[in-house]
Amino acid sequence: MIRAIGKTCMRAMLAALLADCSGWQSALDAHGPSAVSLKQLIIVIVVVCSLVWMLVMTTMIVALLRRREVRPATPSPHRMTVAVTGAVVATVLIIGTFTVISFLATHALGVAGQDDLTIRVRGLQWWWGFEYIGPNPSDRFETANEIHIPVGRNVRLKLEGLDVIHSFWVPSLAGKQDLVPGRSNELTIRADNPGVYRGQCAEFCGMQHAHMALLVIAQSQDDFDRWSNAQRQAARQPAEEELAAGLQTFLAKPCAGCHTIRGTAATGKTGPDLTHVGSRRTIAAGLFETTRGSLAAWIADPQTIKPGNNMPMVPLTPDELRTVSAYLASLK
Amino acid sequence: MKRMTGVLLGLATALAGCQREERQLRLDPPIADALDRIALMPNGISGAPPDVYFALGKPYEVNAYNLSQGKRLYSWFGCKACHGDGQGGIGPSFLDGWWYYGPEMVSIFASIRDGRPHGMPAYRDKMTTDQIWQLAGYVQAIGSYEGKTAAPSRNDEKQTRPAENRAPAKLLFDEGPIPVHADQGPTP
Repeated sequence: MIRAIGKTCMRAMLAALLADCSGWQSALDAHGPSAVSLKQLIIVIVVVCSLVWMLVMTTMIVALLRRREVRPATPSPHRMTVAVTGAVVATVLIIGTFTVISFLATHALGVAGQDDLTIRVRGLQWWWGFEYIGPNPSDRFETANEIHIPVGRNVRLKLEGLDVIHSFWVPSLAGKQDLVPGRSNELTIRADNPGVYRGQCAEFCGMQHAHMALLVIAQSQDDFDRWSNAQRQAARQPAEEELAAGLQTFLAKPCAGCHTIRGTAATGKTGPDLTHVGSRRTIAAGLFETTRGSLAAWIADPQTIKPGNNMPMVPLTPDELRTVSAYLASLK
Repeated sequence: MKRMTGVLLGLATALAGCQREERQLRLDPPIADALDRIALMPNGISGAPPDVYFALGKPYEVNAYNLSQGKRLYSWFGCKACHGDGQGGIGPSFLDGWWYYGPEMVSIFASIRDGRPHGMPAYRDKMTTDQIWQLAGYVQAIGSYEGKTAAPSRNDEKQTRPAENRAPAKLLFDEGPIPVHADQGPTP
């Protein structure tokens, strides 16, 4: 009986361990060339270090267990020299090889051709601003906390930190790259398989660092074109009475002081662009799934949900809250 | 015995230093509502803040977090466009020792909330009451003649004037050979 329970526990633990290795945010579940080369690097280093550790342990255990013999009066100096030289050469070789392969693996990252899709990434406390930059000025559009990329194409990210240092990390696609204020860093990512990959800030950036996630959605070129065309459009004018009232509330209250909804009078620049907020999977940098209810909860009391963030609690009447959340959820 | 007392006193002082300044991240709606009810003089200059302002311990003047938030709002809401780094431009300076509507918090609060003639817009619909108080506290700190123990965060860019808690208004005040404003009142 006890043995059966133990077995079940072992199985469950093994399953949990393995489950961690795949999923939507894991460096061991690589779906892009840079992530694959980093994963290989991890595997090589872990295997070599494990071998070295086992070798050292075996030698030590053998030395401890070996029966002590009567030694000859003068131990051979030659044998000692061989042992020391061997250890030094092995160490130098292993460290040298590690240096070279890690240089080669990380050297290949961030190389991109000329006509790549470029996205300007802004890291702010505590959300991500994305601006798609195309060859024409009319191709530009802004979004937040969620990017879509075409599968199999290099995407160049221009990384800027606007307040403190953040770090862009989507483990399944690439390594980390910092967003430093006053400095422009670049990172190239490519997804070889369609899917949703989660990333998050990897440099402590303040109170809500843990709630600064983003999604990368890799899709076929056709789907991507459809999505980016939709994102480029201004928000549609609401016809329904409730949604129109929501827009009025949005414009009359402090919301419009910080947020932009293209196609309306709301042109604030300091908060996330909300033109198509209803089409994003999450709100508040990966905190909630986007639903009308979660939007209402967020608007009603952002400081309880994500204390310290820069969105103030705006006093609204129940009717205003109802209409404004309905309006935002309708912005597909 | 004396040494023991010394050690204990030192320890107590060190531990007292561990206390962190309270950050008021979320203002309860009734308090925000009460904070909005300032009593201004009929000419819109000076007056009295609501009682709750004193009950909270003048949080917008002595709390470094609020001052920092005010500093962020100063650039977020484009104050720099007219007032520069506090030395003025299109709009009046906060550093020349001259307050058109007085240096009291209520006056600054009312200027931001309701706007003033000759170009100062009203921010009533753009900012919450909490934010307007934070910004007012920061503006007062820029124009202060006295150094404060509570300071907002530092600038990332190059300093163009002494830091806020160093009483830049006092350091930069220059009456000149002839006072700029004859009715300026007492020199600092």
